[in-house]
Amino acid sequence: MGNTSLADLLDAPAGPGLPKAPTGIAGLDQITGGGLPRGRVSLVAGSAGAGKTLLGLEFLVAGARQYGEPGVLVSFEESAAKVALNARSLGFDIDALQRDGLLVVLSFQVEPSEVITTGAFDFEPLFLLLSEAVRRIGAKRVVLDTIEVLFGAFGDDATVRAELTRLARWLEDQGVTVIVTGERGEKGLTRRGIEEYVTDCVILLDHRVRDEISTRRLRVVKYRGSAHGTNEYPFLISAQGLIVLPITSITLDYAASEERISTGVDRLDHMLGGGLLRGSTALVTGTAGTGKTSLGAHLVNSACGRGEPALWVLFEESPAQVLRNMRSIGLDLKKWVDAGLLRIWAARPSAFGLETHLAILYQLIEEVSPSVAVLDGVAGLAHGSATLESASMMARQLDLLKARGITTLVTSLGHEDEAATMTVSSLVDNWLLLRNIETNGERNRLLFVLKSRGTAHSNQVREFVLTDHGVELVEVYVSAAGMLVGSARLAQEAAERVADVQEADDRDRRLRELRGKIAEQEAHIVASQDQLAAKRAEIDRIDLRERRQAAVAKADRSTMATRRWADPVPSNGGQS
Amino acid sequence: MSQPRPQDGGTGTAADSGQTWDLRLYVTGQSPNCVRAIENLRLTCEEHMPGRYRIEVVDLLENPRLAADDQILAVPTVVRRLPSPIRKIVGDLSDTERLLVGLQVRPPARTAS
Repeated sequence: MGNTSLADLLDAPAGPGLPKAPTGIAGLDQITGGGLPRGRVSLVAGSAGAGKTLLGLEFLVAGARQYGEPGVLVSFEESAAKVALNARSLGFDIDALQRDGLLVVLSFQVEPSEVITTGAFDFEPLFLLLSEAVRRIGAKRVVLDTIEVLFGAFGDDATVRAELTRLARWLEDQGVTVIVTGERGEKGLTRRGIEEYVTDCVILLDHRVRDEISTRRLRVVKYRGSAHGTNEYPFLISAQGLIVLPITSITLDYAASEERISTGVDRLDHMLGGGLLRGSTALVTGTAGTGKTSLGAHLVNSACGRGEPALWVLFEESPAQVLRNMRSIGLDLKKWVDAGLLRIWAARPSAFGLETHLAILYQLIEEVSPSVAVLDGVAGLAHGSATLESASMMARQLDLLKARGITTLVTSLGHEDEAATMTVSSLVDNWLLLRNIETNGERNRLLFVLKSRGTAHSNQVREFVLTDHGVELVEVYVSAAGMLVGSARLAQEAAERVADVQEADDRDRRLRELRGKIAEQEAHIVASQDQLAAKRAEIDRIDLRERRQAAVAKADRSTMATRRWADPVPSNGGQS
Repeated sequence: MSQPRPQDGGTGTAADSGQTWDLRLYVTGQSPNCVRAIENLRLTCEEHMPGRYRIEVVDLLENPRLAADDQILAVPTVVRRLPSPIRKIVGDLSDTERLLVGLQVRPPARTAS
């Protein structure tokens, strides 16, 4: 399939004129591009308890209720009463459907111990019953569950095989869509090789138990004449029946939003260039007690504060515990729960297999339609299974959330060098690392932004402080002695305050000194100018005296001339 | 089509304890297998337990739902209703030895009855 997305698959023509009968199981109809081949026989193979009967039942019930196609269930394993009981536990009222003429249940319990075969036989009674039922209610769907029981019971498998083949062809001639269920075999798909003569569509249900945790998967092994998803799809048997998750983890066609939404921690928003991009995913890793859950709580709180629904999935703590803990740092999340904005789901990782967790997540997303989701403590998921598996499951979870534009925060216990974390980290858009550092006999929390796609993010380390009013990020002091956090930071702050005062004092003193010097110099200047002025005055005085003396001398001469009766002189001056 | 024909017979088998066989043979019309089965069953009964058997032939073509009620999946099928426990013998009954084992007319030596 290459990178063909599911959407492409669904758009692709499903073979020329190949009509399909929807199973009513949404995910399965999506994978098969509309359901099972109409008027053909499909094989559903799986081990005991894999969900074969349930799939058949849903197919019949959906046909009867939704698609106007009555059906016949032929059970070779369980009594009619037991079939009805099992169906009721899944919310199907088989009795009502039978009363309404939409369903016929035929049950044959074949006990090999009470059957002896002597010579040739055929399954004519089965044909008779089926044709009578098909005619009576106009059945369009038939489920044969599980025909494998017939092998061995009659001691003559060649005849059984021939008869079943004849039955399949006969049903196809009636235009009936058939599901045949078969037991998973050691070598082939089924123990008796039913897949060899049911050639149109084969669906394999798998139920694995690993490390005491069960996981269910569905795979369309073969679908003649139709494109189909070939992956293993996880599925879940819920109270509503089968839930198949039509998830591909390889599609990379998300819409990329430019909108940023707040993490609920102002300075973190700032470090991330304004917040998380809407629809992006963030991973928060850190060791125990570094404040991962609190970060998640902030994101959830801020989303609900904007009136957006949020989903909070807890793998390590109970909802009550988390609500209480968050109250202690000043976050009241209960009001959002009460307001119906916040949905908290808690499940131990070991409670279900990875697929089931995924299926539950799918279901929760369907129900809540959150704008923000926080998956708290996913590392716990990895403990139950192999790293590769959990990483692939993580990818599917993130894919699921991302495809719907849900901004997601995943918190995980771990270190940046762990393989599992590495794998997950390549799938996320943002990676925040919380780390405890131990200095001066105390532990303090630091926050780094290791990665933030599409963001010119801060390369700064911040100290992460949990206060009674939530998370706060504080500058970290980096000195020659290393980073200063916690008390050391406080001490440094105090020291800096002292230094500030001293510096102010020094400045004042220096200013005073300088001002004094300036005053001194100015005084000097005044004094010099005085001297200069005095010297200039002296010069003036000397000039004046000289002129006076000259005038006096002239006057004297004039007086003497008068006295001597000398020639008159002009009377222009000096006469006193 | 029932043929009660109780009759005493004394061969040396375990069948001589005054027991009668209540047998029901399910068929679908006159198919070759069914015709052969009816014939084989009568012959065998007449030979090994004359007079101490009763055969009821049920044609499922006339009433298919009996197949569901009586849990008859294949034809021909002989249901040994008596002696208990109920046994089903499927096939055209051409293998007389197996038929007798199924009817417990000639039980294995270890069974003393």
